[in-house]
Amino acid sequence: MSTFDNPFDPKRGLNRSGCSCGRHVSQIEHERDAAPALQCTPVESRSTSEDKRYQGVVASAVMRAVFPQDAARRAFLKSVGASTALAAISQFFPLGAATEVFAQGGAIEKKDLKVGFIPITCATPIIMAKPMGFYEKHGLNVEVIKTAGWAVIRDKTLNKEYDAAHMLSPMPIAISLGVGSQPIPYTAPAIENINGQAITLAIKHKDKRDPKSWKGMKFAVPFDFSMHNYLLRYYLAEHGIDPDQDVQIRAVPPPEMVANLRADNIDGFLGPDPMNQRAVFDGVGFIHILSKEIWEGHPCCAFAASKEFVTQTPNTYAALLKAIIDATAFATKAENRKAIAEAIAPANYINQPVTVLEQILTGTYADGLGGIQKVPNRVDFDPFPWESFAVWIMTQMKRWGQIKGDVDYAGVAKQVFLATDTTKLMKEVGLTPPAATTKSFSVMGKTFDPAKPEDYVKSFAIKRA
Amino acid sequence: MNRSLNLRAALVSILIFAAFIVAWHLATRGIGAVQQMDPEYAKLMGATATQGKSAMPGPLDVGGKLWEHLKRPFYDNGPNDKGLGIQLAFSIARVTAGYLLAVLFAIPIGFLIGMSPLMSKALDPFIQVLKPISPLAWMPLALYTIKDSGLSSIFVIFICSLWPMMINTAFGVASVRREWLNVAKTLEVGTFRRAFTIILPAAAPTILTGMRISIGIAWLVIVAAEMLVGGTGIGYFVWNEWNNLSITNVINAILMIGIVGMLLDLVLARLTRLVTFPE
Repeated sequence: MSTFDNPFDPKRGLNRSGCSCGRHVSQIEHERDAAPALQCTPVESRSTSEDKRYQGVVASAVMRAVFPQDAARRAFLKSVGASTALAAISQFFPLGAATEVFAQGGAIEKKDLKVGFIPITCATPIIMAKPMGFYEKHGLNVEVIKTAGWAVIRDKTLNKEYDAAHMLSPMPIAISLGVGSQPIPYTAPAIENINGQAITLAIKHKDKRDPKSWKGMKFAVPFDFSMHNYLLRYYLAEHGIDPDQDVQIRAVPPPEMVANLRADNIDGFLGPDPMNQRAVFDGVGFIHILSKEIWEGHPCCAFAASKEFVTQTPNTYAALLKAIIDATAFATKAENRKAIAEAIAPANYINQPVTVLEQILTGTYADGLGGIQKVPNRVDFDPFPWESFAVWIMTQMKRWGQIKGDVDYAGVAKQVFLATDTTKLMKEVGLTPPAATTKSFSVMGKTFDPAKPEDYVKSFAIKRA
Repeated sequence: MNRSLNLRAALVSILIFAAFIVAWHLATRGIGAVQQMDPEYAKLMGATATQGKSAMPGPLDVGGKLWEHLKRPFYDNGPNDKGLGIQLAFSIARVTAGYLLAVLFAIPIGFLIGMSPLMSKALDPFIQVLKPISPLAWMPLALYTIKDSGLSSIFVIFICSLWPMMINTAFGVASVRREWLNVAKTLEVGTFRRAFTIILPAAAPTILTGMRISIGIAWLVIVAAEMLVGGTGIGYFVWNEWNNLSITNVINAILMIGIVGMLLDLVLARLTRLVTFPE
């Protein structure tokens, strides 16, 4: 049973396998058999609101403790009904108080925080947590500050003007390794978004859909240390185009991408949204492919903080991270996406037309060639910082010559992507973290084994290493 | 004659302005509906793509937006969205701070250079090397060492307004007429008294000219500095609106930057006139 599920729902199994009555192979089969189920409507129906979620988590724990056997719990619930059960349990166990203690954690050392962000949809959880009150809920007074570029956000975070910031997920790794800055221990305790990028080409290239015909083109990516850079290089190289010799790739800040595309300075870009959709919206470009077609579920941006912030103000860090994880969980749900688009569109936040943001977040979008596409997971949100993501990023840094020599892939991944902390906090806010911290995935059909990064680097035909 | 000249100049100015507005309006009229589009699809697209509206706003759009800004110059919707008035105030405050700091350094050092041939020769190589450096080139260094973006932009203003003032002060001090200094010498006037009662009034017009050049440069630089660092200020406003590809707002900001720059220059011009003396 997921920590999200209502423990007072007799139809739910406490274990995931099988059905709630134990006589069917799956819950679906069970429901088919017992369509008009004997169920009293629980008064406390499962709610998306955070308070309720905490209560749900605590209540699950209590129910599981009181009725270790599923059958007994079900029998009890069926006979008295969920609301009575809740009342009965509450008598023995102060659910309210327990939930509160649970939600608050230790005393927060520093309430007023500044968090920097770049105005792109990757930052959605960080931004929306402000207007939608997720920071407040965790006892923090956070100011989210818009920042002009990746280098500035790095410097302002290293300067401690920001307590934490939105970064491209390779950046904390690069900072920790001392690539492109002095080495400072940095952490990425949460990934903000997965997918959500795209290759956008100028309208004039609408017949050149085969990457093999892209020789001599100029492309833009937001930063050298970005998933965009690595994904674009990967995509080009898989199609036999050497990203260093056959095309030009330059780092262009996202806001300038559309202007450059219009001015014919670049032929296309692999950029973050809203820039892809904005190029379509303004009629200057079309979406060639979404980045999820290169790697389904790839990470993009991360929520990053210095190791110092994590160790010196652990409770503040925990509260902040919980707020982000909460916001991320909220953003995962399709039904919330429209409200989020409206909350983050104003000039104070992303500063884009609501129509553009809605298309990105709901995944029903104009592709720039006259068609309407429906890809609900065009962008998705998942806080879990898989260590294997970090390993993949380092293999690409190595592949393109950004880092040289031997790399302690697993060691750096563990230090920077704080999967263990995230696991703990995800449990606290009522989410189900994955059991492992690494996983295998495939990029353009090629499987990546995080245990053998060196072999992976060697396996590419086009590389600088 | 003079009156009629002014009148005629004003008339020509107005004509040029009107011609410019008309040309602008005609150039940005757009090309009408581009092509037949599926209405579902059109709903997802912007006006540029659906109605063939020019990507460049016309004078009417800019005027309308300007009116909105003027109606509500001091609104505050959180740290990233403040009214034009507040943004301008932030920029002016930064310029003033950096500029005054520069005055504190430039004028005494300028005096020293102007009065002492030894110091003049000794400091000359440093000034010659440091003077042509673009103030923005200092930005990364400032951010790295000062570790505060607000102070860094003030530092950049300081460094860019320093040189014109210092050089003009030195020049003004050095070119005080010999006779006056000789008279002072015969009357046995002390160094400090000489500096304040003879050299300062004599060099004041040149010093103020240097200050006038400096404020102009400072105002040029602050916009660029704020675009780089972000946060607040008119430069940040330009960047934020550019981010939204809102050329209308960018044009408005450009207009405001011009007007404020003109006012700053006007203030210094008045001050210069106050200290000018007939020879």
